Order: sequence, then C-alpha cells, then structure tokens
Amino acid sequence: MKDIGLSHFLIVSTMLFFIGVYGFLTRRNMITMLMSIELILNACNINFIAFNKYLFPHKLDGTFFTLFNIAIAAAEAAVAIAIIINLYRQRKSIDAEDADSMRL
Amino acid sequence: MTDSLALLLVPGLPFFGFLLLSIVGKRYFPKQSGMVGTLLMFATCAIAVITVYNYFFVTGKSVDGVYQHIHAYKYVWLPFTDTLSIDMGAMMDPISMLMIVVVTFVSLMVHIYSLGYMKGEERFAIYYSYLGLFTFSMLGLVLATNIFQIYIFWELVGVSSFLLIGYYFDKPSAVAASKKAFIVTRFADAGFLIGILTLSYYTGTMDFDLMIQKLTMPGAELTAITTAGFLGISALTWGLLLVFMGGAGKSAMFPLHIWLPDAMEGPTPVSALIHAATMVVAGVYLVGRLFPIFAMSCPVALDVVAYIGVFSSMFAAVVACTQTDIKRVLAYSTMSQIGYMMFALGVSGYGENGLGFTASFFHLFTHAMFKALLFLGAGAVIHYVHSNDMKDMGGLRKHMPVTHIVFLIACLAISGFPGFAGFFSKEEILTAAHESNPVIYWCALATAGLTAFYMFRLYFSIFWGKTYHAHKKDDHHADDHAHHGEAPWSMKIPLIILAILSVASGWISFGSFVSSDGSPMHTEFHLSAAALPVGLAFVAIAIALLMYGKANTMPSRIATTARGLYRGALNKFYIDEIYMFITKRILFGFFGPIAAWIDKNIVDGIVNFLGMASENISDTLRLMQNGKVQNYAVYVFSGLLGFVILMVFLWR
Repeated sequence: MKDIGLSHFLIVSTMLFFIGVYGFLTRRNMITMLMSIELILNACNINFIAFNKYLFPHKLDGTFFTLFNIAIAAAEAAVAIAIIINLYRQRKSIDAEDADSMRL
Repeated sequence: MTDSLALLLVPGLPFFGFLLLSIVGKRYFPKQSGMVGTLLMFATCAIAVITVYNYFFVTGKSVDGVYQHIHAYKYVWLPFTDTLSIDMGAMMDPISMLMIVVVTFVSLMVHIYSLGYMKGEERFAIYYSYLGLFTFSMLGLVLATNIFQIYIFWELVGVSSFLLIGYYFDKPSAVAASKKAFIVTRFADAGFLIGILTLSYYTGTMDFDLMIQKLTMPGAELTAITTAGFLGISALTWGLLLVFMGGAGKSAMFPLHIWLPDAMEGPTPVSALIHAATMVVAGVYLVGRLFPIFAMSCPVALDVVAYIGVFSSMFAAVVACTQTDIKRVLAYSTMSQIGYMMFALGVSGYGENGLGFTASFFHLFTHAMFKALLFLGAGAVIHYVHSNDMKDMGGLRKHMPVTHIVFLIACLAISGFPGFAGFFSKEEILTAAHESNPVIYWCALATAGLTAFYMFRLYFSIFWGKTYHAHKKDDHHADDHAHHGEAPWSMKIPLIILAILSVASGWISFGSFVSSDGSPMHTEFHLSAAALPVGLAFVAIAIALLMYGKANTMPSRIATTARGLYRGALNKFYIDEIYMFITKRILFGFFGPIAAWIDKNIVDGIVNFLGMASENISDTLRLMQNGKVQNYAVYVFSGLLGFVILMVFLWR
C-alpha cells in the first residue's frame, strides 16, 4: 500500500467542501446550514495544513492560518446562533424558507 | 464718457427698463411705468446721439478721412477653437451708428406717443416692457460685431415683434397674425442660419471684418468657397442667398412678405416702431453689413437682391392702391419702400460706384422718419374715428388740424415732392438705378408714381371727400367723440417733431457720412434726372385728387373697367391663398399623414419597443431577488464555479 500523499488530503477536503455546499443549499433548518458552513471551513483548514506539511515543511504559515480560521469559525457560529435565536423569537421558526424578509 | 461705456448703456438701459417694468413695474407702479420707460428711452437716445456725434465728427475718421470700423468692446462668449468663437461686442461704423440713432430716436417718439395712445390700457406696464425688450434687441442687432451675434438678436427682435403683434391676445385675429409673423420669419431664419454656417464653415470665422476680408481678398478661403458648389451654384452664392433669405423674411420681401400686412393687428405705435421704421429694415442692414462680399465676390447674389427688391416694391405698390384698411395701405407702402432700399443695394457697386449703397441707407433714414410719422398719424386718426377703414373716414381735416398737416407733410415726403426728405433719397436711388440697370430704373419709376398715387388716395380719403359726421355711427361712439378732441399733447408732440424731421432729414449731405467703403461719397444732384419722377408724382397726385378729392363714382368705375387687375390686387394677388394651398393641401394634406404614420409607427414604435423590452427584462430579473438566502448562495456558488472553470480552462 502506498503512503498517504497530498492528493489524499485534497480528495478528503474536496469531498468535505462539496458535502458542505450541498448541505448549505438543500437543508432548510438553519442550524444544519450552520453546520454545513463548518464543514466548508474545515475543508479549507485541511487544505492549509496539507499544503503546509507537503510543500513547505519548514514553515508554519498554514498552521497559523488554520488557527485563525478556527477562531473565526467560532465567532461566526456565535453570531449566527444569535441571529437564529432572534429569528426564532420573532417567527417561531428556524426554517430558512420563512426568513425571506431580505427581499424588502 | 467712453465709447465702450456708452455702447454698453445704449442697449443696456432699454433692457434694464424691460426687466424693471416686467418684474416690478406691473405690480407696484403700473400707471407710472410709461413715464419710467420713456425717461429711460430718453437717456438712451441722448447717449446714442452723443456717441454718434462723437464718432462722425471726432473719433471715427482715420487720417485719410475714411470712417473706421471700431470695436468699442468685444467679449469672447463661446470659444470653439482658437480662431472660431461667438463674441458679444459693439462695432462702430457708419451704418451701425446711423441705425442706433434711428432706432433710439423712433423708439423715443413711440414711447412718448404711446403715453397718450395706450393710456388706460390694462397691460400698460407690459406694453412698455415689451417696447424696452424690442429696443434692446434691435440695438444689439445693429451693434453686432459678429454674424452669430446678429442672429441671436435677430431672433430676439422676432420674439418681441411676436409679443407686440399679439398684444391684444384676446382678439383671435391678433393671435393668428402674431403666429403668422413668427412662423414666416422663423422659416426664413432657418435659411439664414444655414447661410451663416456655410459662410463661417469656409472662412473659419464669424467676425464680420475677418469674414469680409477673407471673402473679398484672393486667398485659400475664397478659392475654396467659390469652387465648392451645390446644384451648379457656388457655396458662396448659396451662403449669401440664404443669408439674404433671412433678410428677406424680416424685411417682408416678395415671397415672404405675407406676415407684414397682418402684423398691423398690433397697437399702431408698435407698427410705427417695428413694422415700419426699425425691425423691417434689418434685412437691408444685413445686406449692407455683408455688402463688400456681395459686391466684390458675388454679383449674382447681388442681382437676386436687386430683382427681388424691385419686384416686391412694385407688387406692394399695386396692392396698396386697392386696400381700404389704412394701416394695411401703410404696411404695403412699407414693403414697397423697403424694396426700394433693397434694389438700391442690388444695383450698387463698391467704393467709387457705391452710390446705391449710400442712397439705400439714406432712404432707410428718411423713410424711418416719414413712415413713423405716417403710422403715428394714422394712429391718431384711428384713435379719433375708432376704425381702421377708409370708408368710415373722410373730411377729417377740420376735426384734427395738426394731424392733417403732419400727415400731408409725410405724404409729400414719401411721394418725393421736391424739398421734402423722400425726394432726396429717392432721387439718389433712381440715379443709381439709372446708371446701372434700365429695367430696374423704369420699374422703380413706375413704383414712384404709384407711391404718390396711393399715398394721396389715402390722404384724400381720410381728410377730404365726404364730410365727417361723428354721429352717424352708433350712439356710444358718438358720445366718445363728444368727449375727446383731436389727440392729447403726448401724441401731438412726436408728430410735430417727426414732421419737422421728415423735411429736414433730406437736407443732410448723407454721402459724406455713409458709404460702402467708408470714404466720403460725392453725390450730385441733376435737375434733368429729377424732372421725370417729380413730374410723375405730380400727375399721380392730380389723379388721386380727381378720384378721391370729392366723393364721386370714378374709383368704382375704374375698378369695374379693370376688374381683373383690381380684384387681384384687392385680394393681394392671392399670395395668402397660395400659401394656404401649399401648407394645408400639400403639407398637411399629403405629407402630413405620411409623417404622422412614420411618427406613430416607427418613431414611437422604437421607443415603445424599448420600453416594453426593458419592462419585461426587469420583470424577469426581479424574481431573482426573492429574499431566500439559499437562492443567493446558489448564485454565489455558481458564480464561483464559473470563475473556477474560467481559470482552469482559459487561463493558460
């Protein structure tokens, strides 16, 4: 069996990314959509780590970026959940179809 | 006072008067606005006379005794390129100086006269503000340094003429007349504009002096404009003829004269100012302005001017013999006299042979005096009789002695009676015509006879003939007559001043002031040349006396004998009907529906199609913004995907 190479990581991250996109576009539940976004972000993180490890092993830039991303993801999740809670209080629903007031 | 300040004030004061009276005057001092306008006009006239005196006797001449073209001021208003610009300025040369005297003076007379004539009118202040606007525009026109400036003021006088003809806008005939005047002159001005563009395209300038210089001296511009052509006529000829078309429209020359008789719907003093003394001679002035080009580079165009002039002159004289509305007789007489000025220019040469040029402007000057007098006198008669029609008049000499005397003086002046102003100028014109073109000379002579005849027909019908009974008309008119006499002094004074000038203005040695090239023109007076026209005038006056001195049947018998000619002339040779036919039947009847179809279906169709298409497209696009966050995400991701595909496959 061959060693695990860069392309393996990339395949995994691509799969994660598209699963995330699919989930984001199809799920109506906002919490699930938020989780899909986490998947997309993590696909991105895997890419950073993998490129750092295989292409520039003596540097740590990718790792730092990943740490930043995790922080951003946490902040984003906090804000998003706050929005969702407010929406729920207003409309008694966390269905994305119901929240169409951006049209106005 | 410097010339530039004076020539700023001369058009500036009437304009100030216009603003003052139309904005403030009509609300706060409507009764006094006539006095305000008159005082401003008096100041303007005084300044103009001083400036002109200064020009002719002190500053105007160069060392060799030639009158100079002086630019009193010049302001570049619209620069297009380094050389081509539209300027606003004032040019001092003999003809512009002559014109500002005529315009300010006649305007002043009319201002004073109107104090009496228009008294009690509801829109008194507006009337005076319009007079101010007109005077301003006319002064701007004659002072123009630049052919485009003349065009701008040309349109402004057209507008003020329109406003004043339509002054009694509750009278449908006045409204129709004002529209007719505006449309006919506007049509002619379209030709004028094309002429301006043609001339300035080839010369690369709009300035009169430069343009004349480029088109009279041999050079690249002159070669270019004479070799370029259209329909076998050179561009120069086209340009000049189109400019003349504008002039002919304003000056009521033959095919474009139809507006002038109708323009008599305006108040009579306005007819005296605009439609006799000043605005209608703008065409003569324009040809005089460009005269060196006409005379030295394009004799063909000058011949056209001459023949149109002489034809209009004769045509109008024949029509004038049959009209019964006294203002219409005067209108046709004006047209006839302007025809005189035109063909005098047309037969003239440049420099040494420029007798016609001098004669033309001499006649313009004297004509302004006696024709203004005739109109103002007619105004006094109308004021007294309350009618425009000769049939309602007769035997008025006992009722209005002052008017009678001044009217007689004016009639003698226009008929060319020896010693009166018209005699001198008309002699000069006839001499000039005699020297150059026999056809024009004999036509002019015949016209001179006709002029004397119809003027004295008018005079005898108003003041002699049957005795006048004020009471024969309906009652309330009779009451009016019992209360007011001949005319107030404000009307008599201008009449008397103008009557004096109708005699005196002929005795000026005009040739030493105005000539085609600025150097003094020596004019001689030959008794032999004068004998024929004067004799003719005497005969014509005698015939008029026989026919109209006492009420008799002779006029009607002659009218029956020459029925065809009489009917034709009475109906103004059906020119109006021809115009009606062309406009109504051919333009509105034939081309109108076609143009309407094209407009409705093609022009409107394109616009409607564009409107509908954008409505449909936006309806579709509107659906994209539905507020669903996931749809937006789809757009984002599909955009991203498209971008990636672009990067992968196209970016090599």
